[in-house]
Amino acid sequence: MSEVEKGQVMTANRLRDGEVVFLTRSGEWNEKIDEAVLALEPQATAALEARANEDVKATLVTGSYLFDAERVGGKIRALHMRERIRTLGPTVRLDLGKQAEGTGGAFAFKEA
Amino acid sequence: MYRYDEFDHQFVQERTAQFRDQANRRLSGALTEDEFRPLRLMNGLYLQLHAYMLRVAIPYGTLSSKQMRQLAYIADKWDRGYGHFTTRQNIQYNWIKLEDTADILAALAEVEMHAIQTSGNCIRNVTTDHWAGAAADEIADPRPVGELLRQWSSLHPEFSYLPRKFKIAVTGAPNDRAAVKVHDIGLRLHRNDAGAIGWEVMVGGGQGRTPMIAVTVRDFLPEKELVAYIEAIMRVYNLYGRRDNKFKARIKILVHEIGAEKFKAEVEAEYERRPEQTTHVEEKELQRIAAYFAPPAFEKLSRFSPAFEEAKLLHPGFARWARNNLAAHRVDGYTIVNISLKPEGGIPGDATSDQMRLMAELAERYSHDELRVSHPQNIILPHVKKDDALAIWQALVPAELATANYGLAGDIIACPGMDYCSLATARSIPISQAISRKFADLDVQEKIGPVKINISGCINACGHHHVGHIGILGLDKKGEEFYQITLGGSSAENASIGSILGPGFAGHEVADAIEKILTTYVKLRQPGEEFLYAYRRLGPQPFKEALYAAA
Amino acid sequence: MPLLKNNAFITDSWLHLGAEDALPEGGNVTIPFSRLKNEWESLAKFPGQLGAVLSNTDHAEDVAHFLPHLALVVLPFPAFVDGRAYSIARQIRLLGYRGELRATGNILPDQFQYMAQVGFSSFEVSERFPLESWQQASKQMSLAYQRGLYRRVGEAEVWSERHADTAPEPTPWEEQPHAG
Repeated sequence: MSEVEKGQVMTANRLRDGEVVFLTRSGEWNEKIDEAVLALEPQATAALEARANEDVKATLVTGSYLFDAERVGGKIRALHMRERIRTLGPTVRLDLGKQAEGTGGAFAFKEA
Repeated sequence: MYRYDEFDHQFVQERTAQFRDQANRRLSGALTEDEFRPLRLMNGLYLQLHAYMLRVAIPYGTLSSKQMRQLAYIADKWDRGYGHFTTRQNIQYNWIKLEDTADILAALAEVEMHAIQTSGNCIRNVTTDHWAGAAADEIADPRPVGELLRQWSSLHPEFSYLPRKFKIAVTGAPNDRAAVKVHDIGLRLHRNDAGAIGWEVMVGGGQGRTPMIAVTVRDFLPEKELVAYIEAIMRVYNLYGRRDNKFKARIKILVHEIGAEKFKAEVEAEYERRPEQTTHVEEKELQRIAAYFAPPAFEKLSRFSPAFEEAKLLHPGFARWARNNLAAHRVDGYTIVNISLKPEGGIPGDATSDQMRLMAELAERYSHDELRVSHPQNIILPHVKKDDALAIWQALVPAELATANYGLAGDIIACPGMDYCSLATARSIPISQAISRKFADLDVQEKIGPVKINISGCINACGHHHVGHIGILGLDKKGEEFYQITLGGSSAENASIGSILGPGFAGHEVADAIEKILTTYVKLRQPGEEFLYAYRRLGPQPFKEALYAAA
Repeated sequence: MPLLKNNAFITDSWLHLGAEDALPEGGNVTIPFSRLKNEWESLAKFPGQLGAVLSNTDHAEDVAHFLPHLALVVLPFPAFVDGRAYSIARQIRLLGYRGELRATGNILPDQFQYMAQVGFSSFEVSERFPLESWQQASKQMSLAYQRGLYRRVGEAEVWSERHADTAPEPTPWEEQPHAG
């Protein structure tokens, strides 16, 4: 049965090269949205923020922020179009960004 | 065009070294992001939705073939093989790494280019008429003043931490192609009755959240006083511009809040306080710069080119392109070539590195080694012999650069929008593509005639939708992309801000809405009446009915 | 907080009084500008040196009257992106003031040259930045396009250099000791 869990994902840009990354359960940053941890309650969200702030201070990442997402069938989908674009690449250049590099999210831009 | 002397070279090299040091200090943690942000913005480096974005300055939109080739090289070496030409005559690269940026600035410095102050709360690129020095209607080339102000504003110690960004535009023609009335400072060159040249100084125009038309503070300022007078304006703004609210921080808000008369009085008082300094140096510097903008060695040709006329008869495609994409040049036998970066269904303003190299080659061969970038995001070859027009068109066709839609419904101006920009509330490029495909038929576009369609992906209005004849603003309505249409904007000398037509549309409805608007126009227009004038005569009513009347 | 002047950290010889603090017998004291205006009659008789601490919303014209009697003017940068003090400093120098002009608040080494060029001669800085970072920052750009700002040794005005035959010899700026 495909359960839908709603929560938040922490994203940032890697400081050095600007690559978009997502915070994982182990506290590392990964380029793929499907590796990200989905924080389901406020405590988990607070932990993400704390970790992100540490890594910002440690000059690993910059521009960190939380966004709304859901997990469907084990894969993570951003709720807002902007973050879907962030996890995949420009909708008008399917040959660019994560969608072309194998690090894109499992979901396409529009509802499956 | 302007050439760096040893001072200019040294300046950009020192600036590059300075940025390299700042980037290293950021990467080592010696500078926090809050401290680094204004510094990197003053070198044109943004953090965007997918990566860092670098905005390279193209002063007053003028480029040599060597510079265009270097932009292509940068696209290939450090980006993804393309660049985006913007509505302020700059170029943007979307996939930049912080660790490469100093090297890119060094590559720019090699060809007398930079990314200085293309972002940040400082004075930005001074933009101008993309037909400067070539247009038939021009009084005098405004670019020497553009270059003077570029130098004067570069790393100005007093004006680098303004309340907000500051944009200056200059024009030298009565038909304003530089949108001076919607800039923070607009300068219009004109002659008085005695034939002397002076500048109308306008302040407080702008778009964004609160679009406004600039007010005139001086009708006829002598050229040699420009630097000192603009300093007075900048000082008043720096001291009294609002800093409490980012959305009320532009000079247009200050002019509006204290009133044009009081604002002018403050500027004049500040100008009066300047010390007794001669303007000899400014005059000589302007003369020195102007020498670089002397017209190229035009040949003495007849206005009529038999080769050109014959080519139009033999090649219908060329005839259409010549009809739409060529503009009148000051000199007999010459023409201005407008290369459309709006192919059917394409991304407005984008060019691949191959396309850049081709345009560079054509400029070198046929246009006295000069290109321009226009606000509507096209590339201009300003000085082309009519005899050479066919060869240029034939070279452009296989490169998808020969779309004959210059100034027509397919020549859409669009910001990158939510596909690239983290500020955006909606996508703009797919809307542009849908409209472009709907009007793919060039016969239809020609029948409609000149019309400016501008699309912005958010309220910051980088697509200049407020001054589009048809403006489209992308918003977010409960998480869905949603588009508002405005009509009747204009950035020309009779500038006006467009009015909202009615309730907005979903993305997939916009192209149909535009079609209804243009169909209504064609039905109701008088012979030869262009869209903007028809709208001003008819008002919004017929268009509202066409869009919103119950079926 | 370290006080930077002439590329070195020095000890501050000034006593900074608040709105209510009693005046000492003599020496160097700074007074908040609002107090200076209100109590000028008595302050003018102070036997030592006087300085004024401005806010960055004060008008240079309002300070003009007092400048001949001041040896120090202090201007703040409440945030390093708040650039108002650059203009106030410039105006104060254009009024003829040649005493010490001190920047306080949020100052980065990257702003040092701009501040010096508009006429600041001393800087109250954060301990975060060692002296070398200030010394390094002070030399990063050796050229400026603007005329009439404050040039130190090793800096040149590009337009004046290009037109040396036309331009008056730019006088290298030096802080003048207080005359009175």
